Amino acid sequence: MFLINCPYCGERDQSEFSCGGEAHIVRPKQPTELSDDQWAEYLFMRKNIKGVQFERWNHAHGCRKWFNMVRDTSNDKIHGVYKMGEKPPVE
Amino acid sequence: MKNKYSIFSLIKNAFSQHENWKQAWGDPEPKREYEAIIIGGGGHGLATAYYLAKKHNMRNIAVLEKGWIGGGNTGRNTTIIRSNYLWDASAGLYDHALKIWENLSQELNYNIMFSQRGVMNLAHNLQDVRDLKRRTHANRLNGIDAVWLNTDQVKEFCPIINTSPDIRYPVLGGTLQRRAGTARHDAVAWGYARGADKMGVDIIQNCEVKGIKRNGDQVEGVETSKGFIKTKKIGVVAAGHSSVIANMAGLKLPLESKPLQALVSEPVKPIIDTVVMSNAVHAYVSQSDKGELVIGAGTDAYVSYTQRGSHDVVEGTLKAILELYPIFSRMKMLRQWGGIVDICPDASPIISKTNIKGLYFNCGWGTGGFKATPGSGDLFAHTIANDEPHKLNAAFNLNRFVSGDLVDEHGAAAVAH
Repeated sequence: MFLINCPYCGERDQSEFSCGGEAHIVRPKQPTELSDDQWAEYLFMRKNIKGVQFERWNHAHGCRKWFNMVRDTSNDKIHGVYKMGEKPPVE
Repeated sequence: MKNKYSIFSLIKNAFSQHENWKQAWGDPEPKREYEAIIIGGGGHGLATAYYLAKKHNMRNIAVLEKGWIGGGNTGRNTTIIRSNYLWDASAGLYDHALKIWENLSQELNYNIMFSQRGVMNLAHNLQDVRDLKRRTHANRLNGIDAVWLNTDQVKEFCPIINTSPDIRYPVLGGTLQRRAGTARHDAVAWGYARGADKMGVDIIQNCEVKGIKRNGDQVEGVETSKGFIKTKKIGVVAAGHSSVIANMAGLKLPLESKPLQALVSEPVKPIIDTVVMSNAVHAYVSQSDKGELVIGAGTDAYVSYTQRGSHDVVEGTLKAILELYPIFSRMKMLRQWGGIVDICPDASPIISKTNIKGLYFNCGWGTGGFKATPGSGDLFAHTIANDEPHKLNAAFNLNRFVSGDLVDEHGAAAVAH
């Protein structure tokens, strides 16, 4: 449980947000050309990092906008938030 | 060498004020090489080592545990055991475990306090009723005991439940598996550790795995906090940390690790003699032999390795508990804790080979691994020893995420994940 600094609304309780999982997984441009292995990689395989992870969040009980967040999953410390389409901050 | 526990050993040791009991398992330094290494000294890992030694005659093996045995999810769960899963593959897997549970105390010569007090799953809406009835039929076709109870029968089986039609989640009925129940979680780890140690397995605590050495597609050993150990077979049973170990070997798994919480109340006199679970509100409750109410909550909806969990999750669970059991309204909660559970997209486990030779994974048990401990160990030992799965865990391979042949227990099992 932690506070999240929504780039649109400011600091709010984490319970207002829902997590959309790992960020920067690019949807395949040519889905029909993909092998089963590539589909599995896109749909299911996750880094599931213990440490600094990039992830997508949605302010579900607020502005309902999506954004990205850099968080350390080993201690829930947030290192930054950035809007969709923006480059992740360099660590 | 190690004493057999019996009424006679108890009496004998009473004369020396119980000060001369021998250590139940040893504390060896790691050897330079083992036939197989199990990473993770929880219930599943220790059971795997036990069955490797017992059924497959592999005695030169080690269990590496970064903390102390049973200190992870084995000691953090709500100890519920049942096998009333919907799909054939899951029913086979979990009932295999339940059959081993039934004789485990005798087999291990260690009282794991297995208690078949029944597990009841409640239905709160019409869809629950349909789903649960369908599941009882599926269970019975697979030879698993299951009955449907209407609201009056639920009340009769567990009188403290509020069955008023006016509450937010009215009880419309439930299912009951009478062979299901609970066991003492720590004793399971200790019993398997003692049994494995007796057959020559090295249980090495405070030994963290730092890396996995590969030569091409074959594993060669593990780098640990106690130095390099050579081996040709590695079984990973690291629960929430499975992805961390997989990353060391250059593998990605279809897992997300999340905190799952549980809590216990102050101890009270016996009030609930069964286990009651609720699918819709994700709250379950039973009573330990010490008298504490053992309450299971849900997971946090984001990846985290902090063994805590959020307050709002506990709050939601306790609201549901209080509405279903108004009698608990003035109980005080004593302790709350979290464990890190590794959840698969289809909420079924992985007991599988990988494309790296000699590297095996037993993971993805998510929120419900404790109940499967003996079966999981038995089947994983089979998979490691023979380099191919047993027919009961063949469906739980890693390749199902490529083939699409998932074992989709999400929401179809007796509890919503």
